Amino acid sequence: MGATSKIPHDAIDDPDLTQDPALPPVALDPRIHEAEEAHWTPVKIAIWVAIALLGGLSWVMLAVVRGETVNAIWFVFAAICTYLIGYRFYSNYIQKHLLRPDDRRATPAEYKADGKDYAATDRRVLFGHHFAAIAGAGPLVGPVLAAQMGYLPGTIWIIVGVVFAGAVQDYLVLFFSMRRGGRSLGQMARDELGRVGGTAALLATLTIMVIIVAILALVVVNALAESAWGVFSVGMTIPIALFMGCYLRFFRPGKVTEISIIGFVLLIAAIVGGGAIAGTEWGSAMFHIDKVPLAIGIIVYGFVAAILPVWLLLAPRDYLSTFMKIGTIGMLAVAIIIVRPEITVPAVTDFATNGNGPVVSGTLFPFLFVTIACGALSGFHALIASGTTPKLIEKERQTRFIGYGGMLMESFVAIMALVAALSIDQGIYYAMNASPALTGGTVQGAVAFVNGLGLTGVNLTPEMLTQTAINVGEESIVSRTGGAPTLSVGLANIMQQVAGGSGMMAFWYHFAIMFEALFILTAVDAGTRVARFMLQDSLGNFFPKFKDTSWRTGAWLTTGIMVAAWGAVLVMGVTDPLGGINTLFPLFGIANQLLAAIALAVCLAIVAKRGLFKHLWIVALPLGFAAVVTITASILKIFSTVPSVGYFAQNAAFSNALAAGETSFGTATSVEAMEAVVRNTMVQGILSIIFVTLAVIVIFTALQATWNAWKTRSNATSEDLAVPSRIFAPSGLKATPAEKATQALWDARPSTGRRKVREH
Amino acid sequence: MSVTTAVRSAAAGLAWYVKGVLGEDAYDKYRAHHESVHGTDAATPVMTEREFWRDQTDRQDTNPQGRCC
Repeated sequence: MGATSKIPHDAIDDPDLTQDPALPPVALDPRIHEAEEAHWTPVKIAIWVAIALLGGLSWVMLAVVRGETVNAIWFVFAAICTYLIGYRFYSNYIQKHLLRPDDRRATPAEYKADGKDYAATDRRVLFGHHFAAIAGAGPLVGPVLAAQMGYLPGTIWIIVGVVFAGAVQDYLVLFFSMRRGGRSLGQMARDELGRVGGTAALLATLTIMVIIVAILALVVVNALAESAWGVFSVGMTIPIALFMGCYLRFFRPGKVTEISIIGFVLLIAAIVGGGAIAGTEWGSAMFHIDKVPLAIGIIVYGFVAAILPVWLLLAPRDYLSTFMKIGTIGMLAVAIIIVRPEITVPAVTDFATNGNGPVVSGTLFPFLFVTIACGALSGFHALIASGTTPKLIEKERQTRFIGYGGMLMESFVAIMALVAALSIDQGIYYAMNASPALTGGTVQGAVAFVNGLGLTGVNLTPEMLTQTAINVGEESIVSRTGGAPTLSVGLANIMQQVAGGSGMMAFWYHFAIMFEALFILTAVDAGTRVARFMLQDSLGNFFPKFKDTSWRTGAWLTTGIMVAAWGAVLVMGVTDPLGGINTLFPLFGIANQLLAAIALAVCLAIVAKRGLFKHLWIVALPLGFAAVVTITASILKIFSTVPSVGYFAQNAAFSNALAAGETSFGTATSVEAMEAVVRNTMVQGILSIIFVTLAVIVIFTALQATWNAWKTRSNATSEDLAVPSRIFAPSGLKATPAEKATQALWDARPSTGRRKVREH
Repeated sequence: MSVTTAVRSAAAGLAWYVKGVLGEDAYDKYRAHHESVHGTDAATPVMTEREFWRDQTDRQDTNPQGRCC
């Protein structure tokens, strides 16, 4: 192939991309890629047959054999083999037929390069970056709560969902944003769906962010309340981050790795010290904080953190969080493979069909699919995939590895969280996750409640609860809802078998709590900031002064509004007589997946306008599923006559009881508590109505745009103009032989100091 | 390749990766970009390391990036 030869692509994206003849090839002919893929050597065939067989065997072990117990290793194999097959075949199919990346085109990182926001980044580094930005507490919490339906439904949804929905969404949004100079989802919605659809998408994004931040904060409050050790060690992250921020600002700017290691050591010291301090009388008196004051503390913290300069708190904690994230997840994966815990949970429990589960109410369809959002399909990722990442991509074909591959990694995190939650005793699991309204918050109450559930093989004793609490260094583990404490017990249980024995369980438990709190506080802080800018931008349409983001008063006012909004939902969650997490978590999942439906609706319109109707189903499939699930779930939440499911049914039940002059009803033991239920259910019901209405508007406008495109045989595009590329880089994790050969031509050039590409 | 060189190259690779993911190489990238565009043109002086990192976090103040759940 000569350096100047034109590569045949579709006429549709074939502006003049003739490359500089002085350069080695900047792209491989797509036919070379296809030939490499179609070249099945016996070794390659053997490897893929082995992957398929191992994956198939693992699924058989999980779904069909279902002995008394099932070994956790089958979850790991089923996941990894399915991901490999999905990545190799399905994402390749999407690449070939739907997205058709063209490496002759420069990416925004190249044609808009400024050395700062737009900078071509090595694909493997960017993969780490992107993964750290998308994976947080979500995939760790949802699977834990969904474990009450048995191990099988959650496992299938996480693994199959990511291949056909979650990873597809991330890949598509990343690619489309990259082709549009790194435009945000909101801007793309306005471009593709017009004013109505665009405005609805923006409003939906803003309210969804409020809910997501509120419920993440609720998870932290539930994990730290009444835990002196947890409050101390997580509280210490604030001075540690401030120290790191000052170090980087004034002492050694840019020494990020060095300060991250120092920060990590201090963090470990804070965890160890927390145990000692919680053991003293003054320590436990000082850091033992109830839910409501803790929630108020988090709200104040959220406001202050969001108006402080980024260098002081957000940036250093982000380094720490990235460091912890990649390290701990890697460690957990290795530990699960070493320990291979036996899982005694049934494949499917009765709660999946009767909807009476104490952890979250509702039947498998649709509530499993909203309880596990992150890890299978997460709309929030669309904001990241249309944020920083598209501005850093080096070559178009790398979007598959980073977008699709990155989401597969998050799904794997969700599988590990599920395994960790499943590995603990069933009785303990329910005692920890049933709301205080059901257990009374006491060991006796929890034992009575859990044994009264009538689950086979579950026989909880008070000693089990008190001993576990002592092992993890907590006063009590009863009704520690929210998923984070359960995951931490599971993680501690697995880690102590690898390192330290039961004497180390308390350390590992608080390590895990710290690790989750760190992500969540970063997400709360960053989410508040992003929401504040969105609000300022929207208000700026009516009051132009708000557009000036350096206007202090405006910044403080809009930050205050956003914090008040999520703070109100948080306080509602912690004071809810019905338990909080079990009523609010479905709202979190619904919100997250409505955002996914919005992102996929925008993708649908883009694909339709390009005239790619033959492969529209790739987008329509996950969009249809997400729309059906979330709209059904919303309708049930709004109209169901079962009080534990329908917000308004619950509202009516409590209103009627109040009207009848009763002073206690269900789990609410006072008139104030009953009034709180009436208020909370009304707010939750209205939020459900707002979400579903906005999402339906967006989906409807997208369908309209799709229909118009079909009628007019549209061949339009809103992409930026194609600019010829002047760089080369391989597309996947490992360079293929043809890519290596081309890379060698680039490496052989006399160094101009222009670019250094590291290959090893 | 002897064992020590293999270990050394693995350690160098790991350091390169960690620095890349944490973003420590941002200044080097900026400098390389600046030189390739402006050369050593005195009209657009390159920021010092300290200036660059201040500018970096100050830009994040006005352009925050979400972190996912």
